[in-house]
Amino acid sequence: MSTSKNLFEIRKFVIGGVATGIVLVYMLRLFTLQLWSDDYKKNADSNAFRKDIQYPSRGLIMDRKGRILVYNEPSYNIMVVMQEQRGVDTLDFCQTVGISREEYEQRMADIKDPNKNPGYSRYTPQLFMAQIPAEEFSQFREKLFRFKGFSVEKRSIRQYSCNMGAHILGDVGEISQKELEADSGRYYKSGDFIGKLGVERSYEKQLRGVKGMRIMLRDVHGRTQGHYQDGKYDQQAVPGKNLTLGLDKDLQELAERLLKGKLGAIVALEPKTGEVLCMASSPTYDPRIMVGRDRGKNHQIMSRDPMKPLLNRAIMGTYPPGSTFKITQALVGLQEGIIDPNISFPCHHGFNYKGLHVGCHGHGSPINLVPAIGTSCNSYFCWNLFRMLSNKHKYGSVQAAMTKWKDYMVAMGYGYKLGIDLPGEKRGMIPNADYYDKAYRRSWNGLTVISIAIGQGEVTATPLQIANLAATVANRGYYVVPHVVRAVQDGKLDPIYYEKKYTGVDRRWYEYAAAGMRKAVLDGTCRGANLPGYEVCGKTGTAQNRGHDHSAFMGFAPMNDPRIAVAVYVENGGFGNVYGVPIGALIMEQYLNGKLSEASMKKAEHFENMHIKYGDYER
Amino acid sequence: MLQETKFPLFKADWVVILLYVTLLVCGWFSICGATHEIGDTNFFDWEVRTGKQLVWIGCAFTLGFVILMTDDKYYDTLADLFYWGMMVVLLVTPFVAKDIKGSRSWVNLGFCNVQPAEFAKCATALAVAKLINQYGFSLNDMRNFAKAAGLILLPLVLIIMQRETGSALVYLAFFLMFYREGMPGCILFTAVAAVAYFVVGIRYGDTELPGTLASVGEFAVLIMIWLFTIGMVRVYAPKTGFDKLYAQTGVAVIAVSLAVSHFVVPFDVSWALLALCLFATGHLTWHWLAQRLNVCLLIALFTLGSTAFLYTADFALNNILEPHQRERIQVLLGMNEDNRNAGYNVNQSKIAIGSGGLEGKGFMNGTQTKLKYVPEQDTDFIFCTVGEEQGFLGSAGVLLLFLFLILRLIHLSERQSSTFGRVYGYSVLSILLFHVFINVGMVMGLTPVIGIPLPFFSYGGSSLWGFTLMLFIFLRIDAGRKRRL
Repeated sequence: MSTSKNLFEIRKFVIGGVATGIVLVYMLRLFTLQLWSDDYKKNADSNAFRKDIQYPSRGLIMDRKGRILVYNEPSYNIMVVMQEQRGVDTLDFCQTVGISREEYEQRMADIKDPNKNPGYSRYTPQLFMAQIPAEEFSQFREKLFRFKGFSVEKRSIRQYSCNMGAHILGDVGEISQKELEADSGRYYKSGDFIGKLGVERSYEKQLRGVKGMRIMLRDVHGRTQGHYQDGKYDQQAVPGKNLTLGLDKDLQELAERLLKGKLGAIVALEPKTGEVLCMASSPTYDPRIMVGRDRGKNHQIMSRDPMKPLLNRAIMGTYPPGSTFKITQALVGLQEGIIDPNISFPCHHGFNYKGLHVGCHGHGSPINLVPAIGTSCNSYFCWNLFRMLSNKHKYGSVQAAMTKWKDYMVAMGYGYKLGIDLPGEKRGMIPNADYYDKAYRRSWNGLTVISIAIGQGEVTATPLQIANLAATVANRGYYVVPHVVRAVQDGKLDPIYYEKKYTGVDRRWYEYAAAGMRKAVLDGTCRGANLPGYEVCGKTGTAQNRGHDHSAFMGFAPMNDPRIAVAVYVENGGFGNVYGVPIGALIMEQYLNGKLSEASMKKAEHFENMHIKYGDYER
Repeated sequence: MLQETKFPLFKADWVVILLYVTLLVCGWFSICGATHEIGDTNFFDWEVRTGKQLVWIGCAFTLGFVILMTDDKYYDTLADLFYWGMMVVLLVTPFVAKDIKGSRSWVNLGFCNVQPAEFAKCATALAVAKLINQYGFSLNDMRNFAKAAGLILLPLVLIIMQRETGSALVYLAFFLMFYREGMPGCILFTAVAAVAYFVVGIRYGDTELPGTLASVGEFAVLIMIWLFTIGMVRVYAPKTGFDKLYAQTGVAVIAVSLAVSHFVVPFDVSWALLALCLFATGHLTWHWLAQRLNVCLLIALFTLGSTAFLYTADFALNNILEPHQRERIQVLLGMNEDNRNAGYNVNQSKIAIGSGGLEGKGFMNGTQTKLKYVPEQDTDFIFCTVGEEQGFLGSAGVLLLFLFLILRLIHLSERQSSTFGRVYGYSVLSILLFHVFINVGMVMGLTPVIGIPLPFFSYGGSSLWGFTLMLFIFLRIDAGRKRRL
């Protein structure tokens, strides 16, 4: 016995070695699993955590008097847990939510289809129907207990208190693939809502708030089992900030009424602050159609409309500014010493020089600055520009003179985007020396380009830029970049929206411009703008184009303590005083008095019903 | 001496008891982590598994205490009775047991379910120890070896009849003890070789060797058999010089057949290798008949048996094993990337362990196990919870605890004065090692998922009591070893 024991005792080392070997191999395996790669850790997190997004409520949008324009309304998503959905009276269900039996079957099939619904699980709520408005939903809620497996998820949709301001307010819609890719901060997830147009888009960050997140633990079937670490890592949603617009709801409504049946835009600014008091573009649409399930369909219909209702003409329409542009010419001439307020130019039915003729209407001749503005004399401003561009002594060349001219125009807000807080602003067109050098192969002079002196030719501007000129004259030499948002709750505006921008033209020259505009109202081209009790200043514009002339007006009031500057542009409206002047006058009256007089109300009704027939040429 | 016999408790090996208690405590906390529902704070209620396990642990302590306090002189006398009694119970079990997940191994005693297979291990260990303890017993004697093997294979077969293949395979662990007791090492080697044949043969059975019509698996296994044959001849019959003969003919045959297959006519080169192996078998048999050299017969049997095993393994896989076992084997060998069914368990348990990192997520903070991503997380897959919540440090620590326990048991077994004690001790530690090897291996995706519990960790009274019974009987034998001197 003892011999056999001794003989084989050595084998205890083999057995001990095997045990040690196994444990060592297993520890090596543990090492590779637990320490070598973190693939398994990542797998585990995606396995067990469900990040429940808490959607913040979107900020409200109010007008300058605090009247709510855009708010949130509860809407409901009907959810279904397939595992629990049994014995539902399909007929009753379909009647309650207003769908057909076929639609029900189709929807159920779609939910189960892994191609259409990649995250499908039988144990978690799946979206059955989205965005059921509150009134339709109340019926469903009463019967909810009968529909086993169905539940309700509360969300909100955007709602508008009135039918106005669609272009400014904008709307929200489901985020597009492009927007998702552009989202560098990776804030958005597919299916999220994002501001698409107007303020909803430009103030998206402030309005949306910050999404919260609850980290929920879920089990192998996807069922929620509670908060991870008792909610230590959960984040509360931060509600969006409310916006107060500079917009005056009544004024905006009037502006939109007055533009009915016409193409065009009205912009009114508060000169001192640059706040947009109203911004109407016609044709427009009811913002309420851009809410809910029909948004995509309606958006598509409107984007195909040849009248382009989605286009905000106030900032996206670039038009020849016409005679409103003469004010800038006067200011440049005065500042550059090309003219002085007393110098007179002849006008024999227009500007005549070396065979070039620019027509003008009948008025006395010769004429100096203030009456020239008052009567909108083409000749005066042509002489002004011609003398500037021909002044080789001062500028050296026509190119240098042109560059100088262009710099003034840009300083006055033309040729570049003003920087309004709305998406899609256009810059308009101010030609420079290079442009003409290319167009005329360096062989051009003041006469070649003379029509820019009266806001024709290559020059184009947006109605906003025209209104901004009126505001600059009202302020006698500076403007604040126009903006629709007056205040952000708990936040500050961008500094460009309260800093004064000087144009480089002295205040004293602006006094002459204002005097000229005052004279135009008193006994010049825009007598129709006269408003009892206020010293109104104005300037008409009649812009030639391929079709019938565009009717334009810009003005401000009162002359010495301006509270409103306005620009009106009506496509193919004819002379400036046909549509531009009376509409501008109504806008100023409404804002300054807070209401229209009875006579004005009739006038407003008259203009509301004046419809211009437009051809269907490309615009 | 009188003192010692009266209080064997003080003579018990406290290192083992300490390891035992530590493992039980770790095990209970792991069950807490694995079964605890979020928001639930009651660990001690009878209704929850942690509470029940606490009761089982209490019972186990009592059982251990009672064993240590009672006399040990009946163990070898009663061993046969205990063994045959257990065999009857095992035989009856499938007829009285309810069908639980396809297995009929749980007997309802009214207040709880008991798995007799867990206690049969102890009975078998005692019976085998008693058999080997007989005067003049030698495992090298064929009759004696057959008797011992019979004692082991009987419960194995009975448990397979209960459809508990995993628990049945545990009895193979006794062969490790046989090895210590003098069983020729080549038998153990043959067993390891069989596993290698099986794995390689099945895994690469469907891959074709380029340029031939042979399957890579078949070809590789035949080469292994041929190499093992040469090795055995070299070790056990060096004087014959056959090793060189086989090596030379083999290289020549393989080279020629590969060349022919490649350049002349593609054919299944496995046939050439098969012929080679059969030639070696015949040659060795003839030599045995001529020279009466027994070792030649044994090597010939090994070669023939290996070849036969290769061609029956496929048959066994497809016809003998249960479908779920076949699938598990295929998944384990990487032949079946099904992460939703059989592979799901192992994949999820690897994720759970891997997510633990160095220090783990902390007690009760494991997300994978608690949220039931890992199936059977409190029984067979309990090691996941250790890995996830205690990390590398914790799980490696548990493995080391088991290693210390096994090494300590080797030490205790070797110091036994009687063969009975030593054999019994080695049986206990072999079973323990087998459980740890298979269970931890399957959780980490290294061994087949055959569903056996991790000793002292997995939830369940039967397994715990079975191990406690085995371990404390050994401790009691060890405590009284001096008396027999």
